[in-house]
Amino acid sequence: MSPWSVLRLAFRALGRNTMRSFLTALGIIIGVGAFIAMVVIGEGAKARVEEAFSSMGTNLLIVQQGSSSQRGVFGGFGSQPTLTWDDLKAIQTELPSVRHAAPQLRTTTSVVSEEQNWTTSVTGVTPEYFEIRNWPVTSGVSFTPSDMDAATKVVLLGQTVVERLYGTGADAVGQMVRIKGMPFQVTGVMARKGQSPMGQDYDDAVFIPVSTYRSKIQGGLNNYLHGSIFVGAFSPEETSRTESDLRNLLRERHHLSGEVDDDFQVRNLTEIASAQEAGTKTLTTLLASIAAVSLVVGGIGIMNIMLVSVTERTREIGVRMAVGAKPRHILAQFLAEALSLSVMGGVTGAVLGLFSAWRLAAQFGWPMLVRPGIVALALGFSGLVGVVFGLYPAQRASRLDPIEALRYE
Amino acid sequence: MEGAPLIRIDNVTKVYHAGEVEVRALAGVSLDVEAGEFVAIMGASGSGKSTLMHLIGCLDRPTSGRYFLEGREVSGLNRNALAEVRNRTMGFVFQSFNLLARTSAVENVELPLVYSGVPAAERRRRAIEALRQIGLGDRLDHHPGQMSGGQQQRVAIARALVGGPRLLLADEPTGNLDSRTSGEVMALLRGLSEAGLTVVLVTHAPDIATWTSRVLQLKDGLIVSDERRAPIAAPQPAPAGAIGVRP
Repeated sequence: MSPWSVLRLAFRALGRNTMRSFLTALGIIIGVGAFIAMVVIGEGAKARVEEAFSSMGTNLLIVQQGSSSQRGVFGGFGSQPTLTWDDLKAIQTELPSVRHAAPQLRTTTSVVSEEQNWTTSVTGVTPEYFEIRNWPVTSGVSFTPSDMDAATKVVLLGQTVVERLYGTGADAVGQMVRIKGMPFQVTGVMARKGQSPMGQDYDDAVFIPVSTYRSKIQGGLNNYLHGSIFVGAFSPEETSRTESDLRNLLRERHHLSGEVDDDFQVRNLTEIASAQEAGTKTLTTLLASIAAVSLVVGGIGIMNIMLVSVTERTREIGVRMAVGAKPRHILAQFLAEALSLSVMGGVTGAVLGLFSAWRLAAQFGWPMLVRPGIVALALGFSGLVGVVFGLYPAQRASRLDPIEALRYE
Repeated sequence: MEGAPLIRIDNVTKVYHAGEVEVRALAGVSLDVEAGEFVAIMGASGSGKSTLMHLIGCLDRPTSGRYFLEGREVSGLNRNALAEVRNRTMGFVFQSFNLLARTSAVENVELPLVYSGVPAAERRRRAIEALRQIGLGDRLDHHPGQMSGGQQQRVAIARALVGGPRLLLADEPTGNLDSRTSGEVMALLRGLSEAGLTVVLVTHAPDIATWTSRVLQLKDGLIVSDERRAPIAAPQPAPAGAIGVRP
């Protein structure tokens, strides 16, 4: 018998009991569907996390002020100024593992155009800041060196601020806005950045040269840097080395010895991102394992129905043996039925799984990432389930005694 | 092997174990059947006639003794080899027809050819031919449920003949048929026998045995009489003629 005719026979046998075949395959359909949906959604979530962290900046480390404590109450990082402008300079010049370092000083105040006003985060930065955060200017120009030196009143607007002040799609370059009563010229508009992993809108901000910030917004000069330092490393692998370099340098500069705690904090965004990713991955693995278990349960359903089918068709098996079917012919026939059930269930499940993953991805705005390997794995596994759980019933059928089988009522 | 009888059974026994009890279904049977004979095996139930039939049909193996089919010993063959012998040399007809349900006549008849590896188109052609010769050319796509008992048994006979067997084995072939249809089926078997096919049938009905040329009586696992005679019943014209029979 050719494999083709064995398969045709299997399909005819299954077609005689459409409802039963469907219900039997349902276990596999649900198992494969759930498995594929879980993995695809998991990959989408992981990509989303990655995207969110890379939108914060590439290879990013943030150095924050130390915490203050008054009568045992800790104020949290940033509550006590400990970083100085000299620290920044030292980071920029003394550490070879640092690619860029930029200050970020900010306050929340209102920005006023001719017709509108909007309260937003006014941030004092240097041009390197945009390099570190991987955040280009889409129209107009960034700060020039002379802007930095002369503390010019120029401003770069985030997309949300442009929309609030001038309406969607308007060109804000060249307009004047007032910040704390002072006129600033809009020289550029930032590209759209999206949301932080915590849902904060990055585009709801405006940027001015840090020199301008220090002289016009913060008021007065101060040795302390009232903000954070954004540091860009050369590669994701190097961020931990950069982190320890920064810590050593600052401890030395702040004269912290031995057991004394750091009076600053270095946050390694790459590490936070990979921890988040690991969490997502654990969850995905957990859900996919549950789905895989349901696939095995589906296999047991196939075995159950195949055993029933062998019993029901004992006489047919006897007739086939009498006219010359060898045990392996009977084995192949029932194995092909089990395999067809599981593979058809697998294919249907894969389609349903991909469809539901697609719907969910569309709903949550996640990217839909399908690795062909995952679909192949699920189909291969469902085929394996068919063989493993179909083998025992098929063997029982093939070992029947022809005389007994012919007599069976 | 030239000159050897088609069937030679030499002091064959068959012992079943039903729990602790030993049942001697055949207690030492010897038998020769020449090609072209039409043999009836008779006996009360429990006489061992069905067991003898199963042994001749290679559905079972003897406990002791030897069985030569066309001069070749088959008593020691394994399941695969026996299946092949059944497929190439034998045709079976059963009391309850044993056609596959919800399967067309033509596909039922094709079944033995499926296992001898005949290509699909050739299979279909030969099955249609066999059904035509047996007078069921207009029932090719009918399922067993849509046919009378006599028609079903004729489909079963076509299935038994389609592979061109040397030996046709019929186990109470008329047991489920009325007397008129029984006559038709027996006439058909008689015609096949006259065309040179060896036919062995098991029956408990004496009037069925009258169609045959040799009657064996079994009792308690032994042959108690072996009678050769000219068939008494008037041979009716066989509708089939010599289908699928190798001279």
